[in-house]
Amino acid sequence: MTTCSRFRNANNISRRFDVKESKSEGHPYIPNSVKSVQESMMTDIGIRNIEELYRSIPLSLRLNRLLDLPKPFSSELELKRHITTILSRNRTCEEFISFLGGGCSRHYVPAICDEINQRSEFLTAYAGEPYEDHGRFQSLFEYQSLMAELLDLEVVNVPTYDWSQAASTVIRMAGRITDRDEIIIADTISPGRRAVIRNYCHPVMKIDFCKHDPETGLLDLSDLESKFTSRTAGIYFENPGYLGPIETQGESAARIAHAQGGLCLVGVDPVSLGILEPPGDYGADIVCGDIQPLGMHMHYGGGLAGFIATRDKKEFVMEFPSRLFGIARTSVEGEYGFGDVAYDRTSFGMREAGKEFVGTHSALWGITAAVYLSLLGPEGMEKLARTILERSLYAQNRINEVACLRSPLFTAPHFKEFVVDFNGTGLSVSEINRRLRKRGIFGGKDLSRGFEDFSGCALYCVTEMHTKTDIDRLADALNDICSRGVDDET
Amino acid sequence: MMKHKKPETTVRNFHQAKWDEPIVFELHTAGEKGIGIPESEPGIKKAVGNAMDSIPKHMQRRRPPALPEISQMRVLKHFLRLSQHCLGADFNIDIGQGTCTMKYSPKIHEELIRSTHVAEIHPDQHEETVQGALEIIYLLDLCLREISGLDRFSFQPGGGAAAILAMTSIIHRYHELKGEADVRDEIITTIFSHPSDAAAAAVKGYKVITLYPEEDGLPSVEALRAAVSKHTAGLLITNPEDTGIFNPRIHEFTDIVHRAGGLCGYDQANANGILGITRAREADFDMSFFNLHKTFSSPHGCGGPATGALGVKGYLEHYLPIPLVSLEEDVYRLKHDLKHSIGKVRDFMGVFPVLVRAYAWIMSLGGEGLKEAARVAVLNNNYLLEKIKKITGAEAPYAKDRHRIEQVRYSWRKLTDETGVTTEDITCRLADFGLHLWSSHHPFIVPQPFTIEPTESYSKKELDEYLDALRHVVKEAYCDPDLIKSSPHRSVVHKIDPSSFDDPEKWAITWRQHLKKHGGSI
Repeated sequence: MTTCSRFRNANNISRRFDVKESKSEGHPYIPNSVKSVQESMMTDIGIRNIEELYRSIPLSLRLNRLLDLPKPFSSELELKRHITTILSRNRTCEEFISFLGGGCSRHYVPAICDEINQRSEFLTAYAGEPYEDHGRFQSLFEYQSLMAELLDLEVVNVPTYDWSQAASTVIRMAGRITDRDEIIIADTISPGRRAVIRNYCHPVMKIDFCKHDPETGLLDLSDLESKFTSRTAGIYFENPGYLGPIETQGESAARIAHAQGGLCLVGVDPVSLGILEPPGDYGADIVCGDIQPLGMHMHYGGGLAGFIATRDKKEFVMEFPSRLFGIARTSVEGEYGFGDVAYDRTSFGMREAGKEFVGTHSALWGITAAVYLSLLGPEGMEKLARTILERSLYAQNRINEVACLRSPLFTAPHFKEFVVDFNGTGLSVSEINRRLRKRGIFGGKDLSRGFEDFSGCALYCVTEMHTKTDIDRLADALNDICSRGVDDET
Repeated sequence: MMKHKKPETTVRNFHQAKWDEPIVFELHTAGEKGIGIPESEPGIKKAVGNAMDSIPKHMQRRRPPALPEISQMRVLKHFLRLSQHCLGADFNIDIGQGTCTMKYSPKIHEELIRSTHVAEIHPDQHEETVQGALEIIYLLDLCLREISGLDRFSFQPGGGAAAILAMTSIIHRYHELKGEADVRDEIITTIFSHPSDAAAAAVKGYKVITLYPEEDGLPSVEALRAAVSKHTAGLLITNPEDTGIFNPRIHEFTDIVHRAGGLCGYDQANANGILGITRAREADFDMSFFNLHKTFSSPHGCGGPATGALGVKGYLEHYLPIPLVSLEEDVYRLKHDLKHSIGKVRDFMGVFPVLVRAYAWIMSLGGEGLKEAARVAVLNNNYLLEKIKKITGAEAPYAKDRHRIEQVRYSWRKLTDETGVTTEDITCRLADFGLHLWSSHHPFIVPQPFTIEPTESYSKKELDEYLDALRHVVKEAYCDPDLIKSSPHRSVVHKIDPSSFDDPEKWAITWRQHLKKHGGSI
């Protein structure tokens, strides 16, 4: 793109919002923009103008003009109005009844979760020492500990970016632990996650896929057994799977992997663990998933954060790339201190010789999940999961009552998500969803893109947020839409 | 005994909050409840019966999770107290965390991102229902194109290291399509570039060649010439490097790597001093990334969520992660058809609230304001340099008598030699004054390092306060080193015993491990 067209772009922004020119000197975010202060500092440095400080940058590398950006807003009020105007073009899941899930789902966020994560102390802290940032270390240690109880495992990391990163890392960990470079993945994982894993593993590890049973939606164990060899580092599957079924054969899958000296790697929706057996208890060696359901808003996908958990075995712990905060004694008896466990495994300590890489990931969401789990406790987690199970089951049945629809597509038990088959309607999922939007509903995710086996199907997600009225409204709307069939709607 | 503030110094009579707060599990009282959970309506219960019957027995959880039971206000109080045990940039004069650009994160941004129009949108909503989100992404892309001189941005990477991985993945894919991936198996970086430049390259299977500085603090052109070969896949480099020294021969670097057939990726984690001054394009980089949580004001959140905004030259656009946002006849669309795309590096579209904040920040400053922010950041840095190098025991290795860009990696070597007080000791003591000091990334090429980056956000008065605290601590180091070695004294905790952290028999990463290994006693 040429500079000229960039100029036009910038002007586009200005024109669209009629931005006024700012005339005043100084800026509220830049205290030392005061000229007299600058002059006094320059005197101390022994320079006459700030340009002298840039002498090391050759003129040939300089941008000899001002950046061609829109004129800024000179007041907070105008800035707020500008951005609010843009954002108001979004339609939200509060205005619509949304049945979208597939890795990011709408759960209730207790008020205290937001109260804590907007605290300046947490929001604007970063990489302080365990002294002045004791609270950051303790709250993340508590996050690790609370997750460990939910997962029934001993070691949990400071959160990574998201589930897909966690799954990718779990696979690489398995490769290092077993010293093998092949992995088998359930072919029902999401296309997005598949793409992240593929990029993260390529070219170091080879990926093969385990088929699913088209009737149940569960792992095809005979396919897994035939593909799992002494070169395979492990099997990665999710429970409940992306398409909704609860994988009931986890123990058998783990046995197949272990028989060949490989590992069993399981991704799990933590909100299901109030009622579902944690994967570690049916043989999983490494467990991962996303904590977004535990107190995070969806934020257009920005609320995701991945977890990784193992047993307390040195050969597993030493393969984590993430920070692991540990509890320790201090010079005062009975006082809790915290710090990094096995720091020298990380890339901060070892650069390319460290385990993968660590950096800024999603710590604030870990603190938020700690608040969430402390609020819900064992009873709350169980009740929540039961409510989701009931509502989802109710929705599956109600949709199945609509002529031409099949719900759920698979015969296995489901937890919160399920596939609805629209192939009998003569309408595409995209058309169904368009008509649902007109009725104030966001229909399930269209699986036609990236999941060719499920063309004409959609993934529906039901949580504690959906009332009976919401679900009935969906079923009635689908009934109406399907009964009209291909006739165009006004 | 607490010392009282002397009138001639700005050193604060500080004491951090100390609540002596237990671990959350210790707050447990059986039967207490933090929040009520909605139950299904009778109509649903009647229709589905006992829903648990749908789940085979062996998949039903046998033992409830041993989470604590705590009433709501106590949970709130617990985490509020823990928050007070934390010094965010909003409290601290947070200039001691060099390389991390701890600038002001405007509060209006928080108000914006907490609106339902940001918080309650799902990433798989139909395009027509997220036109506002797509517009922000599109406009931010336009802004960053101009700021970098590159041609297209992806906001998918969830942080700087993820953006480096994405750059490395593009390098790999580029050579793969040319049939040269097997031969081109080396990435070159420098020791004063972020550790993730080396680490992410290794994740993609590359051998890493690291260039070390000459006396001027910079890697030499000759060393780079010796390092490139038919095996060179690319260069990943920071400039200015973590020393705050700008490499004036950077264009020669990119030329050499290009001539050898490699691609050049610019780690712009240290961009805050050069906004509007020099760009990736002028130095002929093929791609670069900005940390929106550093340079573009998004708060660091104790370590994320964040964004590494990844920009490329036009000819690499088709390699970017999918999807991108395009504008077609006044409607924003998601663009999936990128023929050489590396796929994805994160679920969905990245961390949207960070993008809103970055866009808002740019729209608060404009071209002139961005340049002013950079100039003031550099002015602040050189003011500190001038003062710190006069502090006994402190040194600024490399590039003697030259100005730096946005930060300096200093050394307490002399102080340590003369008093035995180390950088680590000083970081502990500064906590007593409500301040933070960071050493640097490993390995410690600069002995007893500390890295200071003042950004544009702190006033001269605040910089002077920080300087006073440094001088005060140095004075103590010469008069009463034990006072420093036994610090902190006025922080939340006292000297931590690190002996369990590297011992698998003793480390306790979770409370249940702690109970098992240490019986709960500390």
